[in-house]
Amino acid sequence: MPGKLKVKIVAGRHLPVMDRASDLTDAFVEVKFGNTTFKTDVYLKSLNPQWNSEWFKFEVDDEDLQDEPLQITVLDHDTYSANDAIGKVYIDIDPLLYSEAATVISGWFPIYDTIHGIRGEINVVVKVDLFNDLNRFRQSSCGVKFFCTTSIPKCYRAVIIHGFVEELVVNEDPEYQWIDRIRTPRASNEARQRLISLMSGELQRKIGLKVLEMRGNAVVGYLQCFDLEGESGLVVRAIGTACTLDKLSSPAAFLPACNSPSKEMKEIPFNEDPNPNTHSSGPSTPLKNQTYSFSPSKSYSRQSSSSDTDLSLTPKTGMGSGSAGKEGGPFKALLRQQTQSALEQREFPFFTLTAFPPGFLVHVGGVVSARSVKLLDRIHNPAFVGIMGNTRSYKLLDWNSFNSDEPETRDAWWAEIRQEIKSHAKALGCHAVVGYSESTSICEEVCILSASGTAAVLNPRFLQDGTMEGCLEQRLEENLPAGCGFCHIPYDELNMPFPAHLTYCCNCRKQKVPDVLFTTIDLPTDAIVIGKGCLIQARLCRLKKKAQAEANATAISNLLPFMEYEVHTQLMNKLKLKGMNALFGLRIQITVGENMLMGLASATGVYLAALPTPGGIQIAGKTPNDGSYEQHISHMQKKINDTIAKNKELYEINPPEIAEEIIGSPIPEPRQRSRLLRSQSESSDEVMELDLSHGKKDAFVLEIDDTDAMEDVHSLLTDVPPPSGFYSCNTEIMPGINNWTSEIQMFTSVRVIRLSSLNLTNQALNKNFNDLCENLLKSLYFKLRSMIPCCLCHVNFTVSLPEDELIQVTVTAVAITFDKNQALQTTKPHVEKSLQRASTDNEELLQFPLELCSDSLPSHPFPPAKEHLESASSNSGIPAAQRATSVDYSSFADRCSSWIELIKLKAQTIRRGSIKTTVTVEKASPMGEGNFRNRSAPPCANSTVGVVKMTPLSFIPGAKITKYLGIINMFFIRETTSLREEGGVSGFLHAFIAEVFAMVRAHVAALGGNAVVSYIMKQCVFMENPNKNQAQCLINVSGDAVIFVRESELEVVSAQQPTANCQPLCTGGEVTT
Amino acid sequence: MTSELDIFVGNTTLIDEDVYRLWLDGYSVSDAVALRVRSGILEQTGATAAVLQSDTMDHYRTFHMLERLLHAPPKLLHQLIFQIPPSRQALLIERYYAFDEAFVREVLGKKLSKGTKKDLDDISTKTGITLKSCRRQFDNFKRVFKVVEEMRGSLVDNIQQHFLLSDRLARDYAAIVFFANNRFETGKKKLQYLSFGDFAFCAELMIQNWTLGAIGEAPTDPDSQVDDMDVDLDKEFLQDLKELKVLVADKDLLDLHKSLVCTALRGKLSVFSEMEANFKNLSRGLVNVAAKLTHNKDVRDLFVDLVEKFVEPCRSDHWPLNDVRLFLNQYSASVHSLDGFRHPTLWDRYMGTLRGCLLRLYHD
Repeated sequence: MPGKLKVKIVAGRHLPVMDRASDLTDAFVEVKFGNTTFKTDVYLKSLNPQWNSEWFKFEVDDEDLQDEPLQITVLDHDTYSANDAIGKVYIDIDPLLYSEAATVISGWFPIYDTIHGIRGEINVVVKVDLFNDLNRFRQSSCGVKFFCTTSIPKCYRAVIIHGFVEELVVNEDPEYQWIDRIRTPRASNEARQRLISLMSGELQRKIGLKVLEMRGNAVVGYLQCFDLEGESGLVVRAIGTACTLDKLSSPAAFLPACNSPSKEMKEIPFNEDPNPNTHSSGPSTPLKNQTYSFSPSKSYSRQSSSSDTDLSLTPKTGMGSGSAGKEGGPFKALLRQQTQSALEQREFPFFTLTAFPPGFLVHVGGVVSARSVKLLDRIHNPAFVGIMGNTRSYKLLDWNSFNSDEPETRDAWWAEIRQEIKSHAKALGCHAVVGYSESTSICEEVCILSASGTAAVLNPRFLQDGTMEGCLEQRLEENLPAGCGFCHIPYDELNMPFPAHLTYCCNCRKQKVPDVLFTTIDLPTDAIVIGKGCLIQARLCRLKKKAQAEANATAISNLLPFMEYEVHTQLMNKLKLKGMNALFGLRIQITVGENMLMGLASATGVYLAALPTPGGIQIAGKTPNDGSYEQHISHMQKKINDTIAKNKELYEINPPEIAEEIIGSPIPEPRQRSRLLRSQSESSDEVMELDLSHGKKDAFVLEIDDTDAMEDVHSLLTDVPPPSGFYSCNTEIMPGINNWTSEIQMFTSVRVIRLSSLNLTNQALNKNFNDLCENLLKSLYFKLRSMIPCCLCHVNFTVSLPEDELIQVTVTAVAITFDKNQALQTTKPHVEKSLQRASTDNEELLQFPLELCSDSLPSHPFPPAKEHLESASSNSGIPAAQRATSVDYSSFADRCSSWIELIKLKAQTIRRGSIKTTVTVEKASPMGEGNFRNRSAPPCANSTVGVVKMTPLSFIPGAKITKYLGIINMFFIRETTSLREEGGVSGFLHAFIAEVFAMVRAHVAALGGNAVVSYIMKQCVFMENPNKNQAQCLINVSGDAVIFVRESELEVVSAQQPTANCQPLCTGGEVTT
Repeated sequence: MTSELDIFVGNTTLIDEDVYRLWLDGYSVSDAVALRVRSGILEQTGATAAVLQSDTMDHYRTFHMLERLLHAPPKLLHQLIFQIPPSRQALLIERYYAFDEAFVREVLGKKLSKGTKKDLDDISTKTGITLKSCRRQFDNFKRVFKVVEEMRGSLVDNIQQHFLLSDRLARDYAAIVFFANNRFETGKKKLQYLSFGDFAFCAELMIQNWTLGAIGEAPTDPDSQVDDMDVDLDKEFLQDLKELKVLVADKDLLDLHKSLVCTALRGKLSVFSEMEANFKNLSRGLVNVAAKLTHNKDVRDLFVDLVEKFVEPCRSDHWPLNDVRLFLNQYSASVHSLDGFRHPTLWDRYMGTLRGCLLRLYHD
């Protein structure tokens, strides 16, 4: 018996009136886990019942603990008729299953009903007693930590980054057509919620097993998605990056890390895991073989025993010789060799991370993407139909076990796409793909599967055990010029995968760089950027004839290459218009609808100091003899040039002049080439490569030969920059701003527009879509104007086409305030710095790293200017990162741990601080005019609801995350049959999203947390039927629950103990760790 | 292209104070947008009218959702749906329960019933306050009234506890509840010169001295249901007030009282002769008001009587406020020197409050 789950129902409040006669409710609670149900007593006639129940105890397998949610139902007792349900609470007890996270779940949960929304709250306490399980064949994976964060979580250190893990489960959808249903809507919705909860539990457990098999202890960048395929079922799939993480706060974990190599390291991360070694012989059990037989990652089980030695041996010898060669070329080759050997044993050398430990990312090749159009009805399966007859059965089906004889499983589809991505990466001379993500778009029976990532060459250091120490590696790493190394081309110059224009790196002048770089990752912390970044979007619509099945799929796959091409051209032009040369966080979303395709690409443009200055845009007319036409053209040209100049000023892009002199012509050669490789394949395996190099035309010359092109130019110029004081980006942090203040506001905004079906042309469509996005952004700027100066970070647009003439755009982002004065100060040192780098690097290259290596941080021999820079930029990632690359890890960790110890010691100070804030709040309130009578307490001071912050970022500005409490992954359905009464579609969705936020916050608070980081709204499916006065919405959100402590509160600590070790961490440490 | 759906939901609920005011004032979305445009916000922010429209709609929707919670403010504090900083919560509540002077003067002392609610149309036309806003204010009065009507203990405390209002606003509501409960007439033309503040001041004095809760002996008998009620006047006290009649009925007593007052004030009043001439009339007026308070109808007319019997005569003789004060002080104090008078405590309880009220009511 591996676990005992204990639940106590304490009380309820604000319950709805269920008995009209008495205006009261006779409430009781059913607590259900698996097949066991307990009930509380009926608490008569109260809207605030106090059940104070005994501890309900469930004795369950840990497998069930992982899969099943705890289900709490609040009902109204009725003597004569059936008891009425008030609502439910589902609690995911996964966070209680690993020792480092929460130990108890306790708090007020909103009671949720899929028809009525939140109806009061219930206070619940949940605990789990886990017993050690020595069973080596076990199916659970308790103890594996999951993080949505796509970087190494802040209070952990990556010992090994193992690589890609994926899994998917398929089941029938309890309600594949919501309008004609057989059950009551409530029963149907609840069945669906419960099923998805079960499926994601199972999925997480299965991924956890794979991680254990790879000897990891955590999944980072965990992304779970649902495909609502309608009649053909419901797919829950997840990808992530398996890692072995080491907690920074436990001092015990560091000591061995400092002195002794691999062997001890390997065991420490498992200390919360009952018995890790039992998994090493995984493949011998028949059970496991069955589980994975149709999964593309089956190779893991094959490898697990042999690869360990391979990984640790080959690279080590490589390291030795690598240290001898100081020249970049041979070193690169060597590195590639090493990485290759480490990575080629993995079926998919993919990483869902978008930010990496310093030194991990060596080179970036460019964006790789693959799309495939599939027909869903092709996977019709008799076994499936049999199950569908039984509507009450929620038993999980492993799609694979039913489809074992069917080659076209979804696993196979994804494997095919991943294979393609892998080969693209290879073509770019890269062995790995980072910032990897997968998505789908479904319309009726057509499904577009997309995958994209950034081809990269990685440092093998993190990819295997026990190579963290040793001076050899350190020196190797120093060989790569910090700040520009990742820009250097990974592919062979003479044997380029596609025609590209290369120049010498403007930073180190040693290596070749491309003129433009597109990536899906966050800007590396050590990258040297000039000026600020900005959000760049390409938007595109294409009409498509309505068609059925195969014809439809063919039509779509014929359109796709043109869409990709145009999206890419738009991005390129807009980037040029901003005077920038690189895109980060690129996400291209192609959405399929009944009669159109939509493409939306979002990225953050920056000016990388290492890359050459981009040239302008030239307009050429086709009819040169017409005078007025010429005039018009030159007018346009002038406008474009003005815009570029204005943008350069706006984003403070003033690259150093010297660079241009050395390189020569700043104007790129006409043959600009893209780094975007992609292909479309239909169900049949035909792969189509598309040359995005614009044939023989000059990419910077826009030819205005028809109205279409005119439109393009116009649309280029219609993008208005955000109002002054506002910046926006879709990456974690805004390049060029690093002095965040603590105010954050996360929000979700949804807009749906109805197109007038009369004049549907591509142009009109484009304009509508463009206006929709632009207006949405304008609205956001207006709403958040009180936060100026501020930056919208992690702006995430999602487009869907719910119906023929409807376009839905959902945006989630966070607005963060920053200190304007400091921002101005820091931009200068940036430029100075890059100048300095450019000039000094040549001479200092040899001594610089060696010195750094021997010295510990506080006394590193930077020139005074740099010291100043570090102290001036409170949160600056750049100096911090450079430091981190040179300082060895163990001492860094040591400092960090002692620092966190300090936090613990000073917990009292923090508590005092929080009291202080409430006092100030009272003072600030308009009613606190000081004339309260003594006999009455201040009215608003007794609020019991704690503030929970939510952010899509992995950090909280001005605060330090001290603990990760577990993953939050919630799925809700809301439906109404009284749409008008609830304020129409807007009122309905507004209330629902507010309720979803509330439920997320309540769960985090119950875990003892005060924030959700890496929050993402993965799905927001909205359907309406105004004629029937009905609407339904499904929302899926996830994130990491954390505890954070304000840095202002920590400063008290550091001020009292101003050791040299402590200080830099308080200021710049956040970005680095 | 038409916008079917347009929402913005923040983790921290955004509250725009200006829009909140427009909403409270009962403007429709389009009127609110027009007013905001006129405020020059478009020029300040560079936004378009469409953006303003969408923003206003959004705020209105939020306020609409919050309204249900504002009806029971403690709910706003404990609810989980909207994350609002405490200072903002206080602002929402305070503003929601704030009322217009013009409106409250129309409703003060009236029964908070459906009948009155029907008159809101007229009040709206008369005061220029939108009907929507009138309804909100009326419903607030009624809601507070219903909750605290039957409650024991301090009226202000009860209101503060159940509606989390600031002290000042809670006192105002106490006055409104007190007036509504006792149905004091405030609408007569004679009384038009009086502000809500004047009445609220009087209400507070009366609550402190003339109600059951005022005596301070109530807690000795916890079972008694009538004790410690701030909303009802002490019936026994009103009954006793009849005893004061002797002050005007007994001619000797009245003369003695007059001579005591005149001796003390000689040379101190600028209107001494007028006072001397009018003393008996004034005294008769004040004592008769007291004696009549046994009847509900006369209680309702208290303020009309006070103005008719005291304020107006003094005003027509152009008494300065200070003379009124000196007179009332002396008038009250001299009674203690009357040998034949046996109810000095009762007199003080009556006259103490009345003196305060009269001084407040005495202005142009």
